Amino acid sequence: MQRIALLAVASTLAWPAAASDDDLKTLREEIAQMKKVYESRIESLEQRLAAAEPAPQKSQSPQDGARSAGAAASGFNPDVSLILQGQYRRMKEVPERSITGYWQAGGHDHGGEERGFTLDHSELVVSANVNPYFRGLLNVALKDGEAEVEEAYFQTLGLGRGFTLKGGRFLSGIGYINEQHPHAWDFADAPLMMKALFGEHYGQDGLQLKWVAPTDLFMEFGAEIGRGAGFPGTDRNRNSAGASALFAHVGDDVGRSHAWRAGLSWLSTRAKDREGHFEDTDAAGPNEVEGLFSGRSRTMVADFIWKWAPNGNPKERNLKLQAEVFRRTERGDLACASDVATSPCVGGPGLSDLRTVQTGGYAQAVWQFMPQWRVGYRYDWLNAGSKRYDPATVFAALDPANAWFASYRPKRHTLMADWSQDEFSRLRLQFARDRSMQGVTDNQVTLQYIMSLGAHGAHKF
Amino acid sequence: MKRLLVLALWLLALPAQAALEVFATGPEWAALAKEIGGERVNAWSATHGLQDVHRIEARPSLIARARRADLVIATGAELEVGWLPVVQRESGNAAIQPGKTGYFEAAAYVRMLDVPKAVDRIHGDVHAAGNPHFVTDARVYLKIGEALAARLAALDPANAAAYQAGYRAFAEKWRAALARWETQAKPLQGVPVVVQHDAFVYLEDWLGLKRVATLEPKPGIEPGAAHLQEVLAGLAARPARMVLRPAYQHDAPSRWISERARLPVVTLPLTVGGTAEAKDLYTLFDDTIARLLAALKP
Repeated sequence: MQRIALLAVASTLAWPAAASDDDLKTLREEIAQMKKVYESRIESLEQRLAAAEPAPQKSQSPQDGARSAGAAASGFNPDVSLILQGQYRRMKEVPERSITGYWQAGGHDHGGEERGFTLDHSELVVSANVNPYFRGLLNVALKDGEAEVEEAYFQTLGLGRGFTLKGGRFLSGIGYINEQHPHAWDFADAPLMMKALFGEHYGQDGLQLKWVAPTDLFMEFGAEIGRGAGFPGTDRNRNSAGASALFAHVGDDVGRSHAWRAGLSWLSTRAKDREGHFEDTDAAGPNEVEGLFSGRSRTMVADFIWKWAPNGNPKERNLKLQAEVFRRTERGDLACASDVATSPCVGGPGLSDLRTVQTGGYAQAVWQFMPQWRVGYRYDWLNAGSKRYDPATVFAALDPANAWFASYRPKRHTLMADWSQDEFSRLRLQFARDRSMQGVTDNQVTLQYIMSLGAHGAHKF
Repeated sequence: MKRLLVLALWLLALPAQAALEVFATGPEWAALAKEIGGERVNAWSATHGLQDVHRIEARPSLIARARRADLVIATGAELEVGWLPVVQRESGNAAIQPGKTGYFEAAAYVRMLDVPKAVDRIHGDVHAAGNPHFVTDARVYLKIGEALAARLAALDPANAAAYQAGYRAFAEKWRAALARWETQAKPLQGVPVVVQHDAFVYLEDWLGLKRVATLEPKPGIEPGAAHLQEVLAGLAARPARMVLRPAYQHDAPSRWISERARLPVVTLPLTVGGTAEAKDLYTLFDDTIARLLAALKP
């Protein structure tokens, strides 16, 4: 209908301006084409009517002709899905959990640090195509007294030539697991690496431009700029971008049963007075003070995913191997601050130049050995890395016994088994031996459920 | 220099002569596009005949293919809802987005069966638009083929006449084949069958088979032992002649019932490549009917 109107407008406008013969010809062809399409539609409608009349007892009613040709995902209503998650967790009581040797990522956390029965965030996701050019998505995480906007972005559909622009708040495309929401994880908690790097995952408030190359081999390149408020950066109240990221992915199939993807990503951001908990050297007894880092933080992540599904049918059996490694370098200044009059940190003195290089990663395998049942193993490791500072000035103010100064290699082994009736419900049992804190071996048992209600959007590879 | 210029010109001219790149979600659509477009289309199927099209992953290789496609041919009716929308979005290809000329959904040209009155997952993996397995009724290819020819013509107006001619040639051959299949399938009229998954509603409708039981308690939900026992008990009262199983599904439930109820299991290709014999659209139905008839023989 719209096309007819357009054509009518176009023709009235174009007529006086001496439409060329070619234009007329194409118009005639278009009109003839439309006529044909409408005629065939009417004919098919008549046939449907005819087919429906003699067989009224059939349970299946013939559809009316005005069926939308959309990808069936939406119609006029947005896709709405709700994800319910909760768990029972048994673990040691440790007053302030943090990964030894790593700056506490003050960011974002979905819980999982509490013992006993807990309700995880409930995720509400609403998405739809705005029009033929844009799609929008909102993902809100609900918990007692808070509703956190995890993602709220628009995405272009019509740029073409392999380009897609995303704007708003979105999970950064760096690495692999970073873009996944907790309900899509294969384990009940995030890899140690993600907790150490970002608190859980890295979100951007900004823009992402992605380009897929026109090749048989899948190649995708992306660039992001954003506010950079999330850990390891801090909100710095400036006009220019606070963080930028680049990533590249390649992937392909190997035969009918194997598929892989590999990626390399880079994130650069800055922090101003990023806070961490430390204890000082006050002779009157140690005080809790703030350690402050200001400077540049750069993270490189390499990721690799290999999936096996016999004959391309993951429903029966499948295996997923997944690994990511990182290298983070931070360069800047260390300071401390305290309100306690006797603390050496009063007045927020600068302590030293600081340069750290830290590395680590995780590797996991999840095997679906029969329909509905999967088992998985994950190994997490972090290296102490190197930290360069002036010990004389630093240890004059901060206690060398602080966990951050420790040269320790956090590790964790995790085993899980889960059962899914279908893609909408999952129950999971997980055992973990967590040695992410020096001197603590925490054997954790987690029992978790994940239920998705409503339209459940497809997951990425 | 001159050679370089010629090469550059040739490269510039290339897209104009290149065949239409068709991304089909199943081998039947690639085959139909080939029937109509011949050399003018370069059709590629995202899945093969032994894959469950409900459960495909949005693999990188699919995104790479969709990136270069001029036309996506999908079954529709939510059959590919678990992966195709992701592939379309991630491809960055504006031409193949829903609503564009480069996106063709076959379901829009089919009289759908099993349209649910209420869409509730309590009934399993139901599709709001109706049962999406209409490709088992050979008659649907005529209407879909006609619409597809019009779509190919719209995308490649220079060859519009060729696509129309391609469709007419196909339709003539197909009508002859339909008459042959319907004659061959006469003995199947009213034959009671058990199906593993409700994938044959349209085949039953076409050939007059009578479904007396379904092994899956709800669409997409694996049958448990209790449900199979129930089906078996029901078969004592309403006996069936055979068990139909889609080639992509595992055979445990149909084997179980077949051993106990002493019924032959008929593994049917839902699409081209589903069995070794189903090499193209014609042999697909030759083989389907041959397999059904073979099971009738004592």
